[in-house]
Amino acid sequence: MMLIPCPFCGKRNESEFIFGGPVGADRPDPNAASDAEWVEYLTVVPNPLGPVQERWWHARGCGEWVTIWRDTRTHDIVRAPDGPK
Amino acid sequence: MQKYSIFSLARNALSGHRNWPLAWRSPALKDRYEVIVIGAGGHGLATAYYLAKEFGISDVAVLERGWLGGGNIARNTVTIRSNYMRDESIPFYVKSVAMYEGLTQELNFNMMHSKRTMVDIVQTWPKLRELRRRQLVMDIYGSTYEQITTDEVRRRIPALTGGGPDARLPIICGMVHTDAGVNRHDAVAWGYARAADALGVEIHQQTAVQSLIRGVDGAIAGVETNRGTVRAAKVVVAVSGHTTTLTDTVGLKLPLRTMNLTAFVSEPVQPLVDVIVNCPDSGFYFSQSDKGEMVIGGAPDMGQSFRRDIKQHVFEDTVTAMLSLFPSFKKLKLMRQWGGHLDIAHDASPIMDQTDVPGLFITAGWWGGYKAIPAGGLTLAHLVAKGAPHPLMSSFTLDRFRHLDFILEAGTTTAR
Repeated sequence: MMLIPCPFCGKRNESEFIFGGPVGADRPDPNAASDAEWVEYLTVVPNPLGPVQERWWHARGCGEWVTIWRDTRTHDIVRAPDGPK
Repeated sequence: MQKYSIFSLARNALSGHRNWPLAWRSPALKDRYEVIVIGAGGHGLATAYYLAKEFGISDVAVLERGWLGGGNIARNTVTIRSNYMRDESIPFYVKSVAMYEGLTQELNFNMMHSKRTMVDIVQTWPKLRELRRRQLVMDIYGSTYEQITTDEVRRRIPALTGGGPDARLPIICGMVHTDAGVNRHDAVAWGYARAADALGVEIHQQTAVQSLIRGVDGAIAGVETNRGTVRAAKVVVAVSGHTTTLTDTVGLKLPLRTMNLTAFVSEPVQPLVDVIVNCPDSGFYFSQSDKGEMVIGGAPDMGQSFRRDIKQHVFEDTVTAMLSLFPSFKKLKLMRQWGGHLDIAHDASPIMDQTDVPGLFITAGWWGGYKAIPAGGLTLAHLVAKGAPHPLMSSFTLDRFRHLDFILEAGTTTAR
């Protein structure tokens, strides 16, 4: 069970959160981006063997959105808003 | 290849079972092949087999990091069915189910195929609407789906004692998919391996592909392994969750994320449930194996993951859901759990295509890839041999992302 650090509530059980998806690239300027760049922005997210950045919603808690870095091999949270875990 | 039959069994029994030939060879690794298939799992072995059998290409090496059939083909719930939603998906899965039913004969290997029907337990009205819509689409393509009453559901599945009128989600009805079945996963891997080997395909276990190699012209040139460089003008990536790990080595970007899907198994008990039970509204499914174990699966963990075990909260959620409908299962002891990492495409449908690197083919994004093994191998072999997609898979190319022409499939585990 993961304990996700919420900036307001502290470390809380994963079951209180809803997964908000991986963090992809920044939105490119639609007028400047080529079709290929736009499709890549829409569909491709980093899929590393290692830390990945993702959002979690403390839906069954305070309602805050949290962005963390989590290792996909171990599920360890390697970086979180309140400094190291 | 020695044919397995009652006579070969009797002959080998008389000689004390000491003279069975090896099911496949372990030849020396050459430095060049016509086709390299990365991954000796279901899709990789089936692709090699159909390349040799249907298209006469037998100079094929199947490279496997671990042992044959030890990846996701050993990490699923062996459910074979074709109750999908989209026009693009259903004919493919209908074909695959039909191929599975003839696989024992085709490969001369007992698949222990058990066509035992799947019953979906419907507990919400939106789910019923969705399944009835699926029923209408499936009717067009020759798959089977029919609605049965709650009483009929309980008659067929006596252990289903939860979900009464006072439950949070009372059972509304059931949907029956008579084409569904289960079989033995090891037999699928071993049967394809043995048959492919007999046609000249080489299977190399303990051969980890570390990176892909591009030639000066940009096309694929081969692979770098822990046993040296192996060259080929055509390379097939059939490695499930690690597709992007390999394609990253040639700078290819694919719309794939790797996720963890898990299952667990109870102790063996007397025959109790003779159908595959799927409860999409509660979030679990199970069937009873021939040994008597309950093989139970639940919802996936939504985050990206390369782990091969079960997460505690996924396990707890699945068990809670199961006990709400099958309270008597509380007494069951659990024996094993496993997880597989598989990649999911942006639209949850599979991808089978030649990539932007000429000669590099991928088969990826399979959710419920077990049921797709025979047709997936056949269609991929067609693509590799002819350079053009098989008609059954022509919609599942990478081009659909370029045109934002997604195939949003509702029949996969993730879409529950």
